[in-house]
Amino acid sequence: MLKRTPLYDVYKQYDGVKLIDFGGWELPVQFETGIIAEHMAVRKNAGLFDVSHMGEIMVEGPRAVEFVDYLVTNDISKMNDGKCLYALMCRPDGGVVDDLMIYRLSAEKILIVANAANVEKDFVWISSANPWMQRESDKPKVSNQSDRYAQIAFQGPKANDYFRELLGQAVDEITFFRFRTDIPVAGKSCIISRTGYTGEDGFEIYCNADDAADIWTFILDKTKERGVLPCGLGARDTLRFEAKLPLYGHELSDTISPLEANLSFFVKFDKHSDFCGKSALLKQKEKGIPRSLRGCEMVDKGVPREGYKVFLGDREIGYVTSGTKSPMLDSFLGLVLIERGIGLEIGDEIEIEIGKKKKRARLAKTPFYKNTGKK
Amino acid sequence: MAMSVDKSLKYTENHEWVKVKGEVAYVGISDHAQEELGDIVFVELPELDDEVSKGDEVVNIESVKAAAPVYAPVSGKITEVNDALEDAPETINEAPYDTFIFALELSDTSELDDLMDAAAYEAFLKEEE
Repeated sequence: MLKRTPLYDVYKQYDGVKLIDFGGWELPVQFETGIIAEHMAVRKNAGLFDVSHMGEIMVEGPRAVEFVDYLVTNDISKMNDGKCLYALMCRPDGGVVDDLMIYRLSAEKILIVANAANVEKDFVWISSANPWMQRESDKPKVSNQSDRYAQIAFQGPKANDYFRELLGQAVDEITFFRFRTDIPVAGKSCIISRTGYTGEDGFEIYCNADDAADIWTFILDKTKERGVLPCGLGARDTLRFEAKLPLYGHELSDTISPLEANLSFFVKFDKHSDFCGKSALLKQKEKGIPRSLRGCEMVDKGVPREGYKVFLGDREIGYVTSGTKSPMLDSFLGLVLIERGIGLEIGDEIEIEIGKKKKRARLAKTPFYKNTGKK
Repeated sequence: MAMSVDKSLKYTENHEWVKVKGEVAYVGISDHAQEELGDIVFVELPELDDEVSKGDEVVNIESVKAAAPVYAPVSGKITEVNDALEDAPETINEAPYDTFIFALELSDTSELDDLMDAAAYEAFLKEEE
């Protein structure tokens, strides 16, 4: 039996919705208009996503900040209440357990947002398996609250305008990577953050599971006449891909380090306290990071898909982690994890084995798409 | 959404359609197939004059979501490919039964007997629902 989000009953009524099994969840891959139309709505206007499959893990206690700071690579100690951060959670060997969003609700209460497919693994890691929990007697309280929360993302350059109309001026004060808990939506209390997974301006809303349908319907009913579309996982993937936002299991994994994924900005070696995986990652940095996550654009026609081999001349140098036709740039693009230190520059030619043929591609600047609007 | 099935065509279990004109079979994919694939972004066409056997993978269709092979529904020599698909692959989404992908000269007309007619294909689709 597949798991369903609290919004399942709402969108299963929509004409043309296509549901798929996504890591054990029955979720819409697209709605009636299709992935490209949904993608373009988010780039030009706004789109609404059900992302309630994401996990919510709460860490509470006097040492909550100190504990989470130890678990992740980014610097939690400098966060204020109402601030969010993106961070990697690593094992002692530097492999990534998950990539996370961290919300500081208070000095003693931290909300960790995890990938759906990783929630149970993350919960075991955070609540007991990590070295801190093994070592310290003074343990924070860790609870998996994923079933209590729904999450809705409202993304696009016009998302802020629509939210101002619907929710008032206060939403303008939610600046990038901050959140508020005192702005109700459809009369329901929730967390609204200025965050997202599309490379576009927008918001993510965390609410009680029981309130999700009211909030979804409230936003969509008031904006659909202006072209706002419900969007599925297909568009979510092409949008995050263009913005080079990593997807766990593709650009990050147990065996791909954050440094290889070129996420060193989120790995704070100089932060105050030690963190899990620090010594392994430092060693990797000093010895030479073996691989690099780069972008490429196909010269020959073809779609580079996950797992396809990448060649430089006759030599295999890596593989494709994600690829698609970019709706925004109208070209065939791939993210490739390839050997570092072989002097490849933007514009240099590589080959990707698609089917039985090797097809030419050129290294391209990433992110492929960057929004230029204000935040 | 109800999928349309063109009554005048023959079908395979892999959702190809076949239209026979004399010794030549035109091949495309069904409305059901294009609907399942979603927005099609690229069609890798076969080479002219290639000899293919029934069941060979001859075309690769890429949608935003996934890649899907198209198999030769019958054996023969490729005599025509729809070059217009190189620039406008979405034509398959828009008009699946008016958009052939390739045509081949039949090497064994008895293979046509293995194809489903529209009624059989409709029944086949119902069982896949």
